[in-house]
Amino acid sequence: MILVALSADLWAPRLLGSPTFIDTTMTTTMSKMPPSLEHPFGTDSLGRDELVRIIYGARISLSVGVLAMSISLLIGMVLGTTAAYFGGIWDSIIMRATDIFMAFPYVLFAIALLAALGPSFVNMFIAIGIIGWTSIARVIRSIILQVKENDYVSAARALGASNLRIILRHVLPNSLAPVVVYATMGIGTAIISEAALSFLGLGIQPPTPSWGLMIADAQQYMVIAPWLIFAPGLAILLTVLSFTLLGDGLRDAMDVKMTD
Amino acid sequence: MLAYIGKRILQFIPVFIGVTLILFFFRAVVPGDPIKLIAGEKAMPDAIYEQIVKANHLDQPIYVQYGYYMKDLFHGDLGTSYQRKTPVVDIFAKKLPYSARLALCAILLEILLGISAGIISAVKRYSFIDALVTVSTAALISVPAFWLGMMLQMFFGIFLKDATGGVFALPISGAGGPTSDFPTWMHYILPATTLAAVSLAYTARIMRSQLLEVLNADYIRTALAKGLSRRAVIIKHALKNAMIPVITFIGIDFGVMISSAILTETVFNWPGIGSEIVRAIGQRDWPIVMGGVILIVVLIMLINLIVDVSYAAFDPRIRYGKKAGDE
Repeated sequence: MILVALSADLWAPRLLGSPTFIDTTMTTTMSKMPPSLEHPFGTDSLGRDELVRIIYGARISLSVGVLAMSISLLIGMVLGTTAAYFGGIWDSIIMRATDIFMAFPYVLFAIALLAALGPSFVNMFIAIGIIGWTSIARVIRSIILQVKENDYVSAARALGASNLRIILRHVLPNSLAPVVVYATMGIGTAIISEAALSFLGLGIQPPTPSWGLMIADAQQYMVIAPWLIFAPGLAILLTVLSFTLLGDGLRDAMDVKMTD
Repeated sequence: MLAYIGKRILQFIPVFIGVTLILFFFRAVVPGDPIKLIAGEKAMPDAIYEQIVKANHLDQPIYVQYGYYMKDLFHGDLGTSYQRKTPVVDIFAKKLPYSARLALCAILLEILLGISAGIISAVKRYSFIDALVTVSTAALISVPAFWLGMMLQMFFGIFLKDATGGVFALPISGAGGPTSDFPTWMHYILPATTLAAVSLAYTARIMRSQLLEVLNADYIRTALAKGLSRRAVIIKHALKNAMIPVITFIGIDFGVMISSAILTETVFNWPGIGSEIVRAIGQRDWPIVMGGVILIVVLIMLINLIVDVSYAAFDPRIRYGKKAGDE
């Protein structure tokens, strides 16, 4: 999937036509053609090949998923680690902050943020990234609370290592496994959120192909062109499923016990 | 117990202030002149413009505006819709029953189907049914619910209608009423199924893994060794203990459901809170967006409190308000 998305520029337009270009002379005849050899998933309402849009949509979905997760990871790791390591007031402040963000339902927060900032690619992965950090922060905090009690941490401190050095060299590497598993599964969730937000018109804007947006576009042609809804949904299903299975596999391989 | 409830309610306060502050910050950065949104794009005399500014406290600094908003909030006033010109509270009072009924139907489905699927696949581990449940739940949690809703619409509303020559079909839009060809209850089937689908899959998975874990416990082996039948052991001993995390999940999930209903309601054109919020976003009707989000957050906090308190009823080992070593 990733390979296909990355290499798309090399071969897809020649074979199947541009994902965004609308040939106005052709729209009436090419519109909403059923799947055929030439267009395996048919064409959409503006005569664009559905397969090529799905391939380019994969780029959007994967990049939103990975970027949003990176933001969550960055915020979550920094806050979670420092909260657990320093404890005290800083810990309580951060835990109350996660309470506040967790009181917001996942979708609702992104919707409110995007409604305020306006829809765009950057705003969207920021919105999705900001909601995701709380669970990462909690996971890493709970692990580090255990890890920092280990003797090698006291030993490092006795040797005069700085806080930063202890965190980066000794604590973090021993706490990463569950975070990696969590992040892999989180990418799948982020992709679903992207589709949902784009579906509501708050995410990716046309003519950029996004799976959620394609489903939204196809909704009105449900009766005459059902394949236009079916194909992008299937793409989401397969992508998210592969991240979930990858997460499952990593969990078993690294022997991480997950609580939720 | 009472002390515990009181403590939990006190914990609401910082969360509530945080949520409203964040929303208020969002409102402050919304592009566009709110006066224009209230009064329309037409030109108006400066005097009237000033009057609207004064009436909405827009000439005050932002923290004063926040103070006014919170004061109104505690008087049960969420402001007035820019577009509909009616109080936000009245609008949601009309929409809330639809959303609540839909969420209740979905929760019922989740409990009935999710738990029984989980139990069956744990008891008959490695059977065909177990494989079916595992695969289908994995697929369900990987799918956006709104897409699933459309698939159901296409199958039950269009394909089945054509296949049976119009004899059998399920309604795919709206919540019934005098203009509908269907009885009202039929309108609930597809939206409730869609809303329940993802949660149902999670419930089944949690139920299965919990039950499998419990079935390995020593006290189950003891009960079996005592000569009790497998059936009696599962029903009397295993289920009770495996249920607790499942109930936790369903309780938390009720809140998630109310918010994810935004998508389901949009797909099925359901006249609930969610579709109202989506409409308001499109028209930049910020009082509705803000009021709706606050309403949902408060609902979720209340539900979580009820779930936490009701634990004690299910699990006598849980005692709130006592510190360890108090006994």
